[in-house]
Amino acid sequence: MASQDRVVHPVIGPGHTFASVTDKISSIVLTTKTPIGWFVGFGIAFSLFMVFLATVSYLLVKGVGIWGVNVPVGWGFDIINFVWWIGIGHAGTLISAILLLLRQQWRTSINRFAEAMTLFAVACAGMYPILHMGRPWVGAYWLMPYPNTMGLWPNFKSPLVWDVFAVSTYATVSLLFWYVGLIPDLATLRDRAANRTVKIVYGFFAVGWRGSARHWANYEMAYLILAALSTPLVLSVHTVVSFDFAVGVIPGWHATIFPPYFVAGAIYAGFAMVLTLAIPLRKAYGLEDFITLRHIENMAKVMLATSLIVAYGYLMEAFMAWYSGNSYERFMMWNRMAGPYGWSYWALIFCNVIVINTLWIKALRTNVVYLFFISLVVSVGMWLERFVIIVTSLHRDFLPSSWGNYRGTIFDWSMFIGTIGLFLTLFFLFIRFLPTISIFEMRTLVPAAQPAEDKQ
Amino acid sequence: MSQEHVPSTPVTLEGVRRTGGQRRYWKSLDELADAPAFLEFLHREFPEQASMFQDPKGRREFMTLMGASLALAGLTACTKQPEETILPYVRQPEQLVPGRPLFFATATGHDGYARGILVESHEGRPTKIEGNPEHPASLGGTDVFGQAHVLGLYDPDRSKAVLYLGQQRTWGDFKAALREPLAKQQAKGGTGLRFLTGRNTSPTLAAQMRSLIAAFPGAKWTSWEPATRDNSRAGAVLAFGEPVEAQYRFERADVILSLEADFVAGHPASLRLVREFAARRKPAGETPEMSRVYVVEGSPTSSGASSDHRLALKSSEIEGFARAVAAELGVVVQGGVAHAWAAPVAKDLKRAGARALVMVGESQPPAVHAIGHAINEALGAVGSTVSYTAPAETAAGGEAQSLAALVAEMRQGVVEMLVILGSNPVYAAPVDLDIASALDKVPFRIHHGLGNDETAARSHWHLPASHPLESWGDLRAADGTVSIVQPLIAPLYHTLSELEVLAAFTEGEQKGHEILRAHWQDALGAADFEKRWNRALHDGVVAGTAFEAKALRVKPGAWASAGATPPPGSGLEIAFRTDPAVFDGRFANLGWLQELPKPLSKITWDNVALVSPKTAAELGGVKTEQTASGHVTELAELTLDGRSVVAPLWVLPGHADGAVTVHLGYGRTRAGRVGSGVGFNAYALRTSDAAWGRGGLQVRKTGGTTLIACTQDHWTMDATPHHQAEERHIVRSVTLAELAKDKHAIQKLGHEPAPGLSMYPPHEYKGHAWGMTIDMSACVGCNACVTACQSENNIPVVGKDQVGRGREMQWIRVDRYYEGTPENPETYHQPVVCMHCENAPCEVVCPVAATVHSDEGLNDMVYNRCVGTKYCSNNCPYKVRRFNFLLYQDWTTPTFKMLRNPEVTVRSRGVMEKCTYCVQRISRARIDAKNLGREIRDGEVVTACEAACPAQAIVFGDVNDPESRVSKLKAGDRNYGLLAELQTKPRTSYLGAVRNPNPEIPGAGSEGQQHG
Repeated sequence: MASQDRVVHPVIGPGHTFASVTDKISSIVLTTKTPIGWFVGFGIAFSLFMVFLATVSYLLVKGVGIWGVNVPVGWGFDIINFVWWIGIGHAGTLISAILLLLRQQWRTSINRFAEAMTLFAVACAGMYPILHMGRPWVGAYWLMPYPNTMGLWPNFKSPLVWDVFAVSTYATVSLLFWYVGLIPDLATLRDRAANRTVKIVYGFFAVGWRGSARHWANYEMAYLILAALSTPLVLSVHTVVSFDFAVGVIPGWHATIFPPYFVAGAIYAGFAMVLTLAIPLRKAYGLEDFITLRHIENMAKVMLATSLIVAYGYLMEAFMAWYSGNSYERFMMWNRMAGPYGWSYWALIFCNVIVINTLWIKALRTNVVYLFFISLVVSVGMWLERFVIIVTSLHRDFLPSSWGNYRGTIFDWSMFIGTIGLFLTLFFLFIRFLPTISIFEMRTLVPAAQPAEDKQ
Repeated sequence: MSQEHVPSTPVTLEGVRRTGGQRRYWKSLDELADAPAFLEFLHREFPEQASMFQDPKGRREFMTLMGASLALAGLTACTKQPEETILPYVRQPEQLVPGRPLFFATATGHDGYARGILVESHEGRPTKIEGNPEHPASLGGTDVFGQAHVLGLYDPDRSKAVLYLGQQRTWGDFKAALREPLAKQQAKGGTGLRFLTGRNTSPTLAAQMRSLIAAFPGAKWTSWEPATRDNSRAGAVLAFGEPVEAQYRFERADVILSLEADFVAGHPASLRLVREFAARRKPAGETPEMSRVYVVEGSPTSSGASSDHRLALKSSEIEGFARAVAAELGVVVQGGVAHAWAAPVAKDLKRAGARALVMVGESQPPAVHAIGHAINEALGAVGSTVSYTAPAETAAGGEAQSLAALVAEMRQGVVEMLVILGSNPVYAAPVDLDIASALDKVPFRIHHGLGNDETAARSHWHLPASHPLESWGDLRAADGTVSIVQPLIAPLYHTLSELEVLAAFTEGEQKGHEILRAHWQDALGAADFEKRWNRALHDGVVAGTAFEAKALRVKPGAWASAGATPPPGSGLEIAFRTDPAVFDGRFANLGWLQELPKPLSKITWDNVALVSPKTAAELGGVKTEQTASGHVTELAELTLDGRSVVAPLWVLPGHADGAVTVHLGYGRTRAGRVGSGVGFNAYALRTSDAAWGRGGLQVRKTGGTTLIACTQDHWTMDATPHHQAEERHIVRSVTLAELAKDKHAIQKLGHEPAPGLSMYPPHEYKGHAWGMTIDMSACVGCNACVTACQSENNIPVVGKDQVGRGREMQWIRVDRYYEGTPENPETYHQPVVCMHCENAPCEVVCPVAATVHSDEGLNDMVYNRCVGTKYCSNNCPYKVRRFNFLLYQDWTTPTFKMLRNPEVTVRSRGVMEKCTYCVQRISRARIDAKNLGREIRDGEVVTACEAACPAQAIVFGDVNDPESRVSKLKAGDRNYGLLAELQTKPRTSYLGAVRNPNPEIPGAGSEGQQHG
């Protein structure tokens, strides 16, 4: 923290060597006694995960009627949470792939856990499209194009089928990307582990990594290819998710602005979640040298930039509703702002547009406590955005005779809180058993590595 | 739909099977065939065949027929199905093809009066009710009660056994117990014997009762209904000196004035009246023409909603208005209260002369009825639009008085033996009579009814009644036409009909069928009896039984000179009305009806205290809030004469100020699992002198709130911009004058996309292409289509909680839109089915192709394929899709398995469903046509909603056939597509509403939509 007066914060604290980096990061997994805080945190997360399992069991026994969904509001917390989690998952790929290709060195310390977060968020998101179905036991595979004796295929015109491809591709590539990036570090852990069982387990997953030049060459190529593959996914996944709405005829859904505005929103939400996780993590494990204020500030800037895109989206929606002269669109906008769910719209504007603009002030942008608070506000705001899009558009559409109201039931909430439990459970396990920061990539940042870097 | 009328040979064996014992059937057919009872039956029933029975050769042939008939009849006796043995027919019974339904003509009694029905029977199970086109009180239409008739048969809470003080007994026990008190009465000449029934129009029951009273000269028979018609009968007595029934002819009437007469739902001939009304409300062609209807009423009804001019006056104020109109027309009456409408209405009536009609409702005092008769006479309408006949009921008028007299006798201890047949006075009798305590003074009380109800609980003996679909009987329609009620199935439980129970009081014939036949043999004469009997069973009407019109002159009387009934005292005025869904409470246990959104308030599962917006404001405002689990509204205590009930308050646009309407039929305590404890009991305020309402009501808000399941809010009362029905072109209405000026006036109200404006090539239809039109000008919002669809398509009942959450399952709904001020808005009803869009938004988004376009243009729903993403419902602009959020179908109740239409899939949890255009009926017509080697003809496919509609507002057919009715209607000038601007190309289209306002009526200038 000594460097606060400098204009640009470094991406790694001063005084680190190859050995100190490796020691510091691997010790969290291998040697340091697991802090009591981890057990407390994991305990809470796991209890919430149990809430999730209980809710899902009851859901499968009774049906989706335990939720608040109805006609006209056929989607509620289920799809809100799906989109929310998928959005959160975007930061990982963006940091890993796009920033890698753009050679943004500051990504290095945060990419590992951002990718892990992506995977866990996608896992949480993936639950919803399956569980929101009336008959998940068949729906889970009927949406896949698999050859069958009845000659039945999914309807390729349906955005939900596109979702299946988009999300499953994203999950697969993210997993591969994360795992490939982990291999050198798994080998490091294997080599440093004292316990034989632990050695075998890490060794199994390290797939014989010896750090030879050939290994490194292959690794670099594979990583680059995966980065190149994931880059379009950052844009495509949320674009496809936005099609779920944009393809519909419902006022408030049927808008061409949705793809870019969803992608920006996803990155916005993703970075907010990275901050939510990074700020306590660096404090708890003393990683301030690796996740420096430079990182924090850069992420704040990305959030600020994407918030402006999102704000533009909100503005355009309102403008187009008025400019189109279409009475359904005008009513939709009026209803969003002044209808029974007007509070959600204004809360969304407050969270996503107003509060974030305080980050123009550098002192706030570099204040980790404030940023932590902001990141939570943004997460809430992005959840509200999906609530506004889904619920307020559906609850009053074309025929006033079918208008209705929507409210999440206790099971909607328990399912939502449950997936947060699932996410945190996975995250706590990740912190405990895998290096949260890429050891070998951090080593490229220490001063001793710089000459080699310069030669390239 | 094929409607085959067959004589009811199979069911005449029902009596025999009883003798043989139902369950011994399959084991001992021979034994049964040799039983003396059977041989005796044969001789009596089939004299020709009986002699043939002795002849070995003829006997074999006879046994062939008999065996098959027995097999059929036996199949119907599914009281218990311990194991599922499939028994094939040894010989196929004539006309019965497994999988093909048969239709039998019979009748349902609504409030005593017959409505002809055809009952669809699948392998012996009645499953669906259709109207009987040959019956004068049906003309093919049905109402919600008629449709729910079949659910009443399978109601699992029906009484199944004889009870003595709640303990199960046998019929033998009852008859034994009856013997001694009856002998005592016999000795006394029956002075302690009293019978109480509902309103009776059955000639056989009347004859039976007459002979009973001949045997017990001191006995008395009281017939009484909660929905009394005393006022109209007394009015006829005032005017003519006898309690005649007025028979109205709407099709001949150019101008109709209804003084609180609810012709849509509150008249014995409503189905016919709606048919005739609607026939004059469908203007078409170069010179469109239609009738003009004025309705003056306090409590909004569907009749008022369908009228051209509706005047909201408190019930007590209508007499003054009636007198004013009468005075304008030259009828010598006093006591008119000046009203701006009186002169123009009178002028309009006068202009129409003999083609005008004044109709007065039951809730108006006798004097107003007399005035109505006098006006009709002055107009020259008698013989043209109205005629007078004898009343159909055995004891016309004075029901309330005779019940009061009976109760007085009970209190005096005169009544020693009371037999209550098909009536529930403990629940429904005027509260001031306190009949429950009077009953305790009667030493021997017998109750016979379908349910173990409030009265059964207060009786010594409760006798389970056979449902009309499982017993023999007869009923008269309001015009006198007799229908034979024939059973479609043997009694499901050990029950007897009213005729059979009364027979137990005398020696002689005990079987309903025999009693009925004996009566009609006398009435019709022996000559040709079999032929005429079979004809009557086949047609559903006994030919030539309609009453002759009577030539009557209105007699001047005190009614003319007496002023209007003095206005009621302080406080508000209360109006009691029968409920549009559960009527007087007898249907409270029928889920279809409980879940039916009421025509105007759209409330289900409850009754409420309806008030006008102004009265609500005077009460300190009524706050009703729509939440995600239903509407939360305020509770109020209604106090009348020291008696009070707590009721939810509900603001209903168009209600008369200063009045409160409560619907009867709720607050039952022993209705069954569906109807008990639903709503509040308005009978608790209803006194003998105020059958339909009175003044002096105090309303005090309790401060509490309650949850109401209402399917449609009053959006017009909201300050929301851009949502009004007219801005959205949802409801299009013009005046007749506007239509005459510009025949495209309705189509100009919307913006339809240019034809061919699509990126995709249109679907091609080589064969049929089905489509529907719904005439909003004819629709009266009676809900018959909703219940018909529920019955036809095995639609589950989901309960109040689920309806409150917006999860009702009805495939067709009737939307109600208001236009104008909340004080007295124009009301429109718009039935909404699936539009079967050409460019269906639902089809594109289904990920598993579970909803697809058929080659005949139907938007098919493949339940087996549906995974339940609900995306289709979200993307449906019409929100016609219904989702099984939970397991809504009752898979366990055995009787409901018999109720279901075998041609329609019973949907389970997690799948979407919606209107199919009755695809099973299309398939049936297709198969029939194919067998005959020809195309399906126009009118052969009739959807359930179309068949039920008494207004014939729904027309279904092939739009590929330019000569079909539906094609012609779609080519007409009133045709428009709902939300057609979305380019969904709906196949269901609407014919815009036309109203025919009188420009001379104050405020009429602003009628119609102001839209360019």
